[in-house]
Formats: sequence, structure tokens, C-alpha cells
Amino acid sequence: MRHAHSGPLKQAGEGALLALTGVNTHIGHYHILQGVDFAVAQGGFTMLLGRNGAGKTTCLRTIMGMWRASAGRIIFDGADIAGEETPAVARRGIGYVPEAMGIFAGLSVAENLTLAARDGPIDTSRLEWIFGFFPALKKFWNLPAGNLSGGQKQMLAVARAIIEPRKLLLIDEPTKGLAPAIIGHMIEAFRELKRTDTTILLVEQNFNFARALGDTVAVMDSGRIIHTGAMADLAGDPGLQQQLLGLSLDAHQ
Amino acid sequence: MSLVQRALSGDYPRSRVLAVALLLILVGLALAPFVFPGTRSLNVAAKVCVFILLVASYDLLLGYTGIVSFAHTMFFGIGAYGIAIAATKLGPTWGSLALGCVAALLCSVVLSLVIGLLSLRVKTIFFAMITLAVASFFSILASQLSDFTGGEDGLTFKLPVSLAPGTKLLETAVFGVEINGKVLSYYIVFFGALFLFLALLRIVNSPFGRVLQAIRENDFRAEAIGYRGVVYRSVANCLSALAATAAGILYAIWLRYAGPDTTLSLDIMIDILLMVVIGGMGTMYGAAIGATLFIIAQNYLQDLMKLGTDAAAGIPLLPNLIHPDRWLLWLGILFILSVYYFPTGIVGRLRGVK
Repeated sequence: MRHAHSGPLKQAGEGALLALTGVNTHIGHYHILQGVDFAVAQGGFTMLLGRNGAGKTTCLRTIMGMWRASAGRIIFDGADIAGEETPAVARRGIGYVPEAMGIFAGLSVAENLTLAARDGPIDTSRLEWIFGFFPALKKFWNLPAGNLSGGQKQMLAVARAIIEPRKLLLIDEPTKGLAPAIIGHMIEAFRELKRTDTTILLVEQNFNFARALGDTVAVMDSGRIIHTGAMADLAGDPGLQQQLLGLSLDAHQ
Repeated sequence: MSLVQRALSGDYPRSRVLAVALLLILVGLALAPFVFPGTRSLNVAAKVCVFILLVASYDLLLGYTGIVSFAHTMFFGIGAYGIAIAATKLGPTWGSLALGCVAALLCSVVLSLVIGLLSLRVKTIFFAMITLAVASFFSILASQLSDFTGGEDGLTFKLPVSLAPGTKLLETAVFGVEINGKVLSYYIVFFGALFLFLALLRIVNSPFGRVLQAIRENDFRAEAIGYRGVVYRSVANCLSALAATAAGILYAIWLRYAGPDTTLSLDIMIDILLMVVIGGMGTMYGAAIGATLFIIAQNYLQDLMKLGTDAAAGIPLLPNLIHPDRWLLWLGILFILSVYYFPTGIVGRLRGVK
């Protein structure tokens, strides 16, 4: 196994928008995060990979303040946000896309987005920009979000996080349960988003999706970061993939 | 048309049958003193007005915010007792009524804020238990402080002269109905309830109302967007308590009486719950439909059954089954059937939501 914390992101803080140092999280009797250290570079697209149960989702939720870190520091934009409540974290400029298409099913598409634009009315030019890569949202504007298909719900969940410019996006498994064609569509949408220099931390199981978008990568296992580095390096090294992720790529085609 | 849109805050009934039913209720209540001039029927009409407001304010909590409270009748009672105590102790003047109103509303705001901030932070089931305890305490308090509240007998009081039934306000009768203080009281109740109902409709259709719905659906997701659940729930709780207090004030003005059985009892709390569920939670219009049907059934089912018994005389068993004494049994069966067949309430059913 590779040494922990190897690679270019070792110096947490330097040019980083988000840096976690020694973060521990307990959920009930379970010790889920056992000293997580990694950083997300300003303007970069960071992939957080790892096996099921490695602690990736818990990591995002801890950053959002949904689980309280029992130890460690979470520095975002120069301030320690560990211990802050979720709404306060969100209002610092972090957009969060929860797993499993976390939209408000009882509200319409329009209401979902209006709700997320908490600083006032929706910026129409930004909305048109979003419609450009998620046209379904325009088509079903006044429909209850619960009536959308899985892919459309996921588009709405992403659109909700970007309806206003945010400093950082935390995205939890956007491809989960989606058909391959829709995953291709998602990749295009995220490429478009990448051009705006939005900083993104994305949790993913689908390695092809991660490879297509990520600049840098952090791999988790058993509540710790076991590898950080450039995405291209990991993508070009099947042996390392096998070792870190234990994945047979065929299963993820 | 834009007047209608503004009055309804853009929240249309979205069902033709529902729109007709609501219009019938509105017109029926607006013309009640002329169309149903009897004492009993006017009493029913006033009670319907008050309960539409009371149930709508409960819907703001249960339907839109997902909070179960058992203290709603307590706020209803605070309104009624506020008027009653002010009128008894300070005399039947407009000034004392206004003072009673303000005192009751203030008392409700403070109480609902304290209850909310103490318990809305945690699980809603805890809030339900707290409200149940506080409401029971309040009801005991009202019966114990008999010097102040009249105890179990409640308070019968006089209103300003222009609201007294004996006061003729117009020399000539309108459509054969004498315009007296009772008719004026009715219209105070009617317009008060209508105005506040529309205000509640506005609240649930405002950005604030949208956040409430989001919180009800998924607390975490709403917080992750940046909305503090406890703040929104507390404000909703407060607004709901205020509207219930206003309903209590109107009810006391109509009855010229406030007592534990008409406002504070847990039976009324259960009635409110049933009205919300039967009408349709989270719709506001459900409150109007539920309250109207429930109160009419409560008051006229017995009469209907008496007619049935007389008609069925001679047939074995049947007259016995529909004897007026069994009306509660039949009311209960009606509730079970309506909850079973309309799980989303009458409004949900009419709007085609399964």
C-alpha cells in the first residue's frame, strides 16, 4: 500500500480553498472518520474515491456540519468551520448536492430553484446558462419535482447547488442509479461547470466518470485518506487503481 | 380577476368541484343571517367561520411545517378568555375588548415562543409531548383560578351595547331580517375569519411558506441550503398560535361566553385534527371544507337520523340502528371511511392526488 498523504496536496493550506486536518467523526458507537487529512485546491476539480463504506459521504457531511467532527480542523476560505451548524456552513458559500437525488419532491422545479437562490430572485442569465446543459428543467419548470425521472432529479439537485455562484461545491455520487447515456450528459454538464473555475469536491464510485473530470484525486479507505495525487497519474496506472480501489474496471464500464 | 388572484395569493383551488364547494361555503356564510336566520343555524354558521380559521391555523403547523401540536386549543382558549376576562373585569366597552385582544395575543406570542424554543430544536415528537403537558396544565389552571376565569362554569359577559342582540341598528328590516347587534357580531366574526384565512393563505404561498414546506419534506436538505429549521419552525408556531388566538377572540365575541368546554378541552383538539385530516393537510382549503362538513355533521346528523328513523318505522332493526341516539357512532364511521378513502383528504382527492 502506498504511503498516506503522498502527492502534491500534502501541504494542506497552500492555495487550498478547503483543508481538513486530523478530522475524526463518530456516529453513535462507530468511529467513521479516523483522522482525515486532505485539501481541495482553489478552482480545481477534486475527486474523492474509495470503496463502499470508506467514509466518503460521512466526510462530506462532516464538512457540511451535519455530523459534528469530534476532533480535527476544517479550514474553509481561511476560517475553521468545524463545529459550525449546517446553515451557517452553507451560507459561507458551500453548495451541497446530497446523494440519492436529494431534491424536494413536493415542490415544483421552479420552487426548488427559487428556494436555493436564497439571496434574492433567480439571476435569469444564470438560469438560461443552466437550461443550456439541463434543458429538461426548462421543460418541466412548473411540474412537481417528484414527477421527474431519476436523471432529471439529479440535474435539478445539481442545478440547485449552482443556481447562485458558490465558492465550493460538494457533490455526492451524482451518477448513482443513472443510465450510461445520462452519465455522459452529466459529464458534459460538469465540464461546462468546470470552465467557470468553480471549485468542486465530488464523491464518486464510477471511475470512468471520475477520470473524465477530475484534476486531482483523494482516495479513502477505512476512514482515512490513503492516497492523494493527480487524477492523470492514477488513471494511467491500473496497478495502482487495483491496489487503492480494488476495482475491476469492467464492472464500472 | 387579478383581485381574486391577489386575494388567493395565486393559490387556486385547482379543481372545479373544489372551487364550487368553496364558493358555496363563502356565499353561504356571507349571507347566513339572511338565508339561515334562525338562532341555531346562525350559531352553526358562526362556529363554521371560527373553526375554518382555527383549523387553517393548525394546518400551517401540521400540514405545512410537519409539527404535531396539542396546544392549539390552549391558544384558542387564551383568545376567548382574554376577551371574557377583560369584559368581565373592566366592563363591556370597546376599550376593554381591545385591551383583552392585545393581552391575549401577547400572551400567546410569548408562550408559543417559549414552547417552541425549548422544544422545536429537537425531535417533533418531543414538541408534541411538551404541548400536551402545557395544554393540560393550562386547562387545569383555568378551572382552578375560578375567581378569575369562572372555573368550570366559565365566564358569561356583556359586550358593548352595539353588539347586544337587543340593539336595533337599522330602522327598517333588510330582506325581512332585523339588523341587530347579533347580525353585526356575526359579520365581525365572518370578516375577521375571512381576512385572517386569506392572510394565512398568503403566508403559506410566500417564500417563507416555501421554506416551511422544504423543511417539512427534508430538514437536512433545507439546512444544507442554508435555512435554519428551528427558526422557521418557531416562527410558524408563533404565527399559528396568533391565528388560533384570533379565532378564540372571535368565538368569544360571538358566544359572549368563554369556558373550558367550548375552547380548552382536548375534545376540541381532536376535532381540529380530524377536520384537518378530512379536509386535506397542507392545502389550507382543506381547512374550509373539513371544518364546514364536520360542524354541519356534528349539528345536523342527529336531525337527519331522526327523519330516517321516522321514515323507516315498521322495518325491523333499521329504525334502531339509525336512532338519533346513535349519531356519534355514525359520525365515527363517517370519519373512518373518509380517512380510509381519502388519505390525502377531500381536497387532495378532488385535485386528483392519490
